Amino acid sequence: MDWFPLWNSLRIAAISTFVIFFLGIYLAWYIAKLPPFLKGLLDVVLTLPLVLPPTVVGFFLLKTLGPYSAFGSFILRMADVRLVMEWYSAIFASIVVAFPLMYRTARGAFESFDSDLCYAGQTLGMSNARIFWQVVLPTCRQGILAGTVLSFARALGEYGATSMVSGFTPGQTATISTTVYQLWRTGDDAKAYLWVMVNITISFIVLLAINSLEARQKKSQILQSSGV
Amino acid sequence: MLKVHIRKRLHTFDLDINFEAGNEVLGILGPSGSGKSMTLKCIAGIETPDWGHIELDGRTLFDSRAKINLPPQQRKVGYLFQQYALFPAMTVEQNLFAGIPKEEKKNSQNIIEDAIDRMNLKGVEKKKPYQLSGGQKQRVALGRILLNHPQILLLDEPLSALDLFLKWQVELELKSLFESWPGTILLVTHNLGELSHLCDQVSVLHEGVNQTKQTVRELYSHPATVVAAKLAGCRNFSRIKLVDWQQKRFKALDWGIELLSSNLRPKSQFCGIFNHDIMPLLTDAPSVPEDKIENTFVVKKQHILWAVAANQVVCKSKTQTNDSPLFLECPTEYNELNLMDEFLVCLPSEKILCFDS
Repeated sequence: MDWFPLWNSLRIAAISTFVIFFLGIYLAWYIAKLPPFLKGLLDVVLTLPLVLPPTVVGFFLLKTLGPYSAFGSFILRMADVRLVMEWYSAIFASIVVAFPLMYRTARGAFESFDSDLCYAGQTLGMSNARIFWQVVLPTCRQGILAGTVLSFARALGEYGATSMVSGFTPGQTATISTTVYQLWRTGDDAKAYLWVMVNITISFIVLLAINSLEARQKKSQILQSSGV
Repeated sequence: MLKVHIRKRLHTFDLDINFEAGNEVLGILGPSGSGKSMTLKCIAGIETPDWGHIELDGRTLFDSRAKINLPPQQRKVGYLFQQYALFPAMTVEQNLFAGIPKEEKKNSQNIIEDAIDRMNLKGVEKKKPYQLSGGQKQRVALGRILLNHPQILLLDEPLSALDLFLKWQVELELKSLFESWPGTILLVTHNLGELSHLCDQVSVLHEGVNQTKQTVRELYSHPATVVAAKLAGCRNFSRIKLVDWQQKRFKALDWGIELLSSNLRPKSQFCGIFNHDIMPLLTDAPSVPEDKIENTFVVKKQHILWAVAANQVVCKSKTQTNDSPLFLECPTEYNELNLMDEFLVCLPSEKILCFDS
């Protein structure tokens, strides 16, 4: 039994989640403070991948990263690195597709954040960076954790854009989702069932984690409001 | 010593604040939405005025001409927020720790223990803010501010988040803090109780513009403007027409009666009187004698609003044409009022307030 697709899927999801975590938090925090018009515009652009078919995302990615695109060919010439049809190409796909989940949950958490807490920190002499890491993030941690887990789940389940930019090469670019498709196509139901079970198990665990996070968040909100 | 002279354009009105405060508790009294919190935020550096100058103990915090605008971190301002703004993810100890200046952090253990003792927070050191009572929250917030060694205290409606029972206790705690505080304290509120219990001086804020400060006692005896009188709880106002300047006699148009007042000035256009300054005269014959007593006339009772200490009585003078009744407050012992439809009231000449505009 070749476990490569599991390992490949996990590393792709882990790396993209890592990138999405910082990028999502940074952009959510930054955009929340912009003037309304710019905020609305950027918001739409950053949320777009959530509603677009993954094939459209894949198409755009191929057109920007592919060997015949300006950026792709530049990287190929300068660093001799091919950006598509490699295992890591799937990272680009998962980042774009899963990013809105992190961005929107983090933004929601920041929007409900009481800005008096920031002001209190400032008048106490705390630097803005310290306020962000020690006050804002811990206060919003449940929302941010939920966003992270959700992005991880989405990245793990990515199929459409991934199959377009990474293709399917057994032992090289195969992920769980592309493997399931390949096994079904070749009629290998037994193995397909196995991978389906693996996928369901992982998603099940992830969703359980999200639910328990949400339950804890509700509980602490109730406690907080009754404490006032 | 705090000197503030600032202007700032807001959505609904322009903020125009001008006052000085020495080593005293200065109350800023205004209805909600009058710019009270915005004023505090400008002083703390959270908001930036469009124009002006803010100076604290000789240090310039803000000056639009010299382009000085210290960040809140450098202003040394202790700001008590309405909901206390304790950091929700931190324990009481960690919240206190956040207030300790950098150079004292290495000694934080002792400082925190000391503050826990002083602020009466033993037993809740490891608790999170949502597990605390309103009074405890305020003590943590005050403790955190005091550890930061501010040069001034700014308090934003410090008692409005508390229910009545806690309010008394917290008010006393604030009172003793204020008594030991050597510098300036600014307290914004819309609550007359808070103001008269805690403040020495008061400046009334109305639609973004503050009025000359006066002592809290003066606010009740001689409020400078109609707005100030209204905020101080006065409910009786009338337009006036001068009758005889020599005698200081005028006609209160809305009440339909002639009055004398030693407070009348040539430019006076309105008069007013506090509810508790109108005296009901309960005689058996509620008719004004031929040789009429000054400032005394018959009113018709409309309603009695019962309260523990004093009833609010709503009445109208017999000659009154329009719909602005007189409100008067009289002790609940005056049971006769319940039976009477008409009675005599006296508006003492020295208690009648006169306003220019």
